[in-house]
Amino acid sequence: MRCLMMEKTIKLISEDGRRVDGRRLDEIRPLTLKIGFLKNADGSAYVELGRTKIVAAVFGPRELHPKHLALPDRAILRCRYHMAPFSVDVRKSPAPSRREIELSKVIREALEPALFLELYPRTSIDVFVEVLEADGSTRCASIIAASLALADAGIPMKDLVAAIAVGKVEGRLVLDVMDIEDKYGEADMPFAMMPSKKVVTLLQMDGHFTEEEFKQAFELAVKGCEQVYAKQKQALREYYAPSLAEVSSIKEG
Amino acid sequence: MAEKVISTVKRQQIIELAQRGRRLDGRGLEDFRPISIEVGVIDKADGSAIVKMGSTTILTGIKYEIGEPFSDTPNEGVLSVNAEFLPLASPTFEPGPPDENALELARVVDRVIRESGMIDLEKMCLVPGERVWITWVDIYVLDHDGNLMDASALSAVAALLSSTIPNTKVEGREVQVLNTRVKPPITNKPTLVTIAKIDKYLLVDPCLEEESVLDCRLTFGFSQDGSLCAIQKGAPGYFGVDDVHKAFNIAKVKSQELRSKLSSVGL
Repeated sequence: MRCLMMEKTIKLISEDGRRVDGRRLDEIRPLTLKIGFLKNADGSAYVELGRTKIVAAVFGPRELHPKHLALPDRAILRCRYHMAPFSVDVRKSPAPSRREIELSKVIREALEPALFLELYPRTSIDVFVEVLEADGSTRCASIIAASLALADAGIPMKDLVAAIAVGKVEGRLVLDVMDIEDKYGEADMPFAMMPSKKVVTLLQMDGHFTEEEFKQAFELAVKGCEQVYAKQKQALREYYAPSLAEVSSIKEG
Repeated sequence: MAEKVISTVKRQQIIELAQRGRRLDGRGLEDFRPISIEVGVIDKADGSAIVKMGSTTILTGIKYEIGEPFSDTPNEGVLSVNAEFLPLASPTFEPGPPDENALELARVVDRVIRESGMIDLEKMCLVPGERVWITWVDIYVLDHDGNLMDASALSAVAALLSSTIPNTKVEGREVQVLNTRVKPPITNKPTLVTIAKIDKYLLVDPCLEEESVLDCRLTFGFSQDGSLCAIQKGAPGYFGVDDVHKAFNIAKVKSQELRSKLSSVGL
């Protein structure tokens, strides 16, 4: 058990505007993206956002079990967000919690607008997200990973989905909230969008925002997503560069 | 397939009406259905309220119970919000443990009550680290005609506002429950307002038919002072950036209307 009294005395933002890990207020943590992380999955990705570590796998479009769930005119998207028992300070029971069930739902609803489900009637596309280590913004990192895994699975998409959280800490807005800022901060707003379409696919908030703060937080989130988006595209390009080179050499040869 | 055809036709009808600023039941785009609030309907509960929004009917019961605090908040009472989608409320609800929709509803209502600081949880502590008041908020969906989110929050808030809690005498680590009752330490009257997006139209208080064809919804939680304390986007669609701000502005105005419904019944 952490000592509450001790941590409450820690200042989360220093006088020169730095956060506990040295970041500026509008700076995201180092973001590492690996595509094709798993062999068996049709598509997969591994994401590190600071100390938050996520692996996502996609299976499908594939035959659906149980069959009665199948839709005659489109695929169904299923999503499971799950935290490893060792991913948090106090061991988490591996049974799905209320929080995990809600997050599975909002992550699915954040990804679904990006897919052409009508291309694959009677099938399912299954997205499995495992949180290996949680240090804040796990749902955003999960969306980043899942959207890369969907792309890696070769599933046609309208756009990648980028995600980032904006928080309020000691009265100031911060980009990419980490665990300690979420716990002792005043607000947390997870956010996801399809950047090239400029549309919002996930928006949640808990805490306290004035109207003005909400508007600023929203703008900050949009900017953060654009940074994440650039890295997502770069990661895909780098991973598929050898295959592209191969294809073009066949064409030329 | 038949359902799908009907919903496509229905969606078109709803959009055509919205172009003229109207809804299926004759409302304007930003109108609530008739709202009624009745409190103290269950004598054995410590607080209760039935809220109707059109045909949507929600009964919330409050129970206060002494128990142990969570280890990470030893000086605070415990708040627990649960929602039951009863099979009698809709042909689509089945008996069994809460599904993802019921869990989402409970968690969003929990969020708006908790984050607005509606209940002063520190005052619900009796013996730090050992004995605290647990507030059980049980939301019973009796009839489902859409917008369960707003109706449930209104019902939960009304039930809490009308509730009473037993007086206690604390001597050392002993807690004695007395026969007299007081108002719980309540400091805020939060509300939830859901805006549905259908095509390019934003609608307040979607009924079930509208919900069955909406693109997505955005629920805002407001504290009494008009500040935001919760947001939840739901359903697999998207909002344009401008839509979010428009929806916020509508919801902010409508939240005051909901709060005035509480005052009109003396809460």
